[in-house]
Amino acid sequence: MSVVAGKELRIVGFLCNWCSYGGADTAGVSRFKQPTDLRIIKVPCSGRVDPLFVVRALLTGADGVLVSGCHPRDCHYTDGNFYARRRLEMLKRLLPFVGIDERRFHYTWVSASEGQKWQQVVTDFTNRIHQLGPLHVKKENEG
Amino acid sequence: MRVGVFICHCGNNIAGTVDVARVAAEMRKLPGVVYATNYMYTCSEPGQEEIKQAIRKEGLDRIVVAACSPRMHENTFRKTIEKAGLNRYFLEMANIREHISWIGEDKELNTNKAIEAVKMAVAKVMNNKPLYSSSFKVNKRVLVIGGGVAGMQAALDCADGGLDVVLVEKSPSIGGMMSRLDKTFPTIDCSICILGPKMVDVVQHEKIKLYAYSEIDEIKGYVGNYQIKIRKKATYVDWSKCTGCGACMEKCPTRNAYDHFNFGVATTRAINIPFPQAIPKKAKIDPEFCRQFTKGKCGVCAKICPTGAINYEMKDEIVAEDVGAIIVATGYGLFDLDKFPEYGAGRYPDVITGIQYERILNASGPTSGHILRPSDQTEPKTVVFVSCAGSRDKSLGVPYCSNFCCMYIAKQAILTKDHIPDSQSYVFYMDIRSNGKGYDEFTRRAQEEYGAKYIRGRVAKIYPKGKKMVVRGADTLLGTQVEVEADLVVLATAVISAPGAAGMAEKLHISYDTFGFYVESHPKLRPVETNTSGVYLAGACQGPKDIPASVGQGSAAASKVLSLFSKDMLESDPAIAQVNINACVGCLKCVKTCPFQAIKEEVLRNGRKVAKVIETVCAGCGVCTSTCPCGAIQLQHFTDNQLLAEVNAICQS
Repeated sequence: MSVVAGKELRIVGFLCNWCSYGGADTAGVSRFKQPTDLRIIKVPCSGRVDPLFVVRALLTGADGVLVSGCHPRDCHYTDGNFYARRRLEMLKRLLPFVGIDERRFHYTWVSASEGQKWQQVVTDFTNRIHQLGPLHVKKENEG
Repeated sequence: MRVGVFICHCGNNIAGTVDVARVAAEMRKLPGVVYATNYMYTCSEPGQEEIKQAIRKEGLDRIVVAACSPRMHENTFRKTIEKAGLNRYFLEMANIREHISWIGEDKELNTNKAIEAVKMAVAKVMNNKPLYSSSFKVNKRVLVIGGGVAGMQAALDCADGGLDVVLVEKSPSIGGMMSRLDKTFPTIDCSICILGPKMVDVVQHEKIKLYAYSEIDEIKGYVGNYQIKIRKKATYVDWSKCTGCGACMEKCPTRNAYDHFNFGVATTRAINIPFPQAIPKKAKIDPEFCRQFTKGKCGVCAKICPTGAINYEMKDEIVAEDVGAIIVATGYGLFDLDKFPEYGAGRYPDVITGIQYERILNASGPTSGHILRPSDQTEPKTVVFVSCAGSRDKSLGVPYCSNFCCMYIAKQAILTKDHIPDSQSYVFYMDIRSNGKGYDEFTRRAQEEYGAKYIRGRVAKIYPKGKKMVVRGADTLLGTQVEVEADLVVLATAVISAPGAAGMAEKLHISYDTFGFYVESHPKLRPVETNTSGVYLAGACQGPKDIPASVGQGSAAASKVLSLFSKDMLESDPAIAQVNINACVGCLKCVKTCPFQAIKEEVLRNGRKVAKVIETVCAGCGVCTSTCPCGAIQLQHFTDNQLLAEVNAICQS
């Protein structure tokens, strides 16, 4: 099992190196306690996140996916996060068509100095996923 | 493939809430992992030595270090494995400190999460490819943005070190806030007397090219090769002809132009030279007030100017400069009085800000250094200072301390007594923060020698009563209400980020915090670097700072640039996009989406169109990779395979 049964669900986070990964570091340095469900994958820019990564994660085992980048206009690569915003917004609307509750996917902007905001984002999203419950019930029953 | 995994205890930082031995034991079960161990401090010299020895003894070819954030130590461990003969990109780090041990409370959950994090890193490292940097030439010129004391110091140090410096200042004269001050604490040295010679050094230095009254329009490029566009704002005076004689200013019929230099304590002429020591000492027209612009007729300055320098038709001019590094020293801003309705919101002329009082005290100011209150030009006998006007006030969005107000209030109280011996100063304070060399002695002197009365408490209300201003507040030490009838009230308004700070950060691609101050690379160990290589910070643009700290940072930033430029060639980051021409269908969507125009069309010998990445321009964002419909363009080190390996490691286990 990848997660501790009964306590955790699988949440995958794609964080841009310059802002949100740093924001998560800031939250850590400041010891802002968070739920432990999230597994973080570092990407250079939120614009690097292929929507198919999100879909792949949700189809193969994740119960929720979070993408976080720099605030719009403050992208380290000028406008990588604008591309991310378009693609991910589109993805959000497409998810119900493949039978996935769109609330299982969330994208947000957290800067490197916003440790507290990061704590809030992780806590809120984790709570939301716990309310929705596991996505892969069938698989678990079979297993 | 032989992967080695090293789990760091980081003392108790990780081992306290993560069972590191169990993580290592779990890793040994993974296919491909031939060696896994845990160590007290992996980043220490013996810790790194252990990695090197394991590489040799066990024949490891991929390394995973599970420790702190890669933002902290990735470079350390890349160097370590490089010394042991591996390509530096055969390293992956799992962040089990900031992202796990420091934020989770349950040891079992933390340990499980750490196991997963290391698994992800192992999955990724097995897909890593060796990457090699190429080197490129550095343009050894530096751009300094902001001509305050921090920027001037940085410019002078760089220029003395032999670099060509481009100094851009947005106001008509360099000198910044310090040039407005009367005296400096704790020595009561005359501010412009110590700054003036530095300003002259800047303008006379053969290595410094000064653009005054200019702003940064556009910044393109990357460390070593930036292309800058500078907007020289129209001054309506040809500065190559202007001698700074001041005849135009004397004869200008518009006397009510806002005086930016004096923060509106007095008015100035529509054509003006900001202050006597201004550098460059040139006149400029303020078209908002000039009759030639507002009414379409006047032309007095054009008639009077002995050199014919006036040109009402002047337009902004854009100049291009190429540099290799940038020092940002854009300074700070101050809260406006209108933020304080309880203090009159700027309606009472005798409630002024600290910087305005500084101008009144200053011999080059509107009152020639005589303390005269704005309403009736009489000498105030009772002066009340209100510290923390905005600072440390969450409700106003300024939870931080403005750093230097306690000190300048003490200085102004001392100066008031010096100017008017029968005057009495009162200081309302929250705490006295005087933690610099000679600072505490100074605030004590203000109280003990100069008789300033310090009242611990906040001011609730200021209202006029006849010719006086009544300051009503609390004395929290005595637990009583206090009312002081003052002739003049000085508010130590909060230090905020410079106007336009966010826009400038966006041009530079550096981060700024909630308050608009720029974020340094590491709060303790990299205080003048930013996360964008080649861009450095100096002075109060990073946070409220007094003069010695700003000067220190200016020099520090200069030394960073000098060491960056000590090499003729810089190594490029090889984690950039690469095109597989066999898979590329030539749709060229990547060309359109690339934020850096780093991809161009290439025609192969068989006439087929494909995309081609310009190596030196690619910044490595990976927008192209997620755009490409056929996976032909891959951002190295963050390829689809590598990222999906991480996804699979979590989701399919």
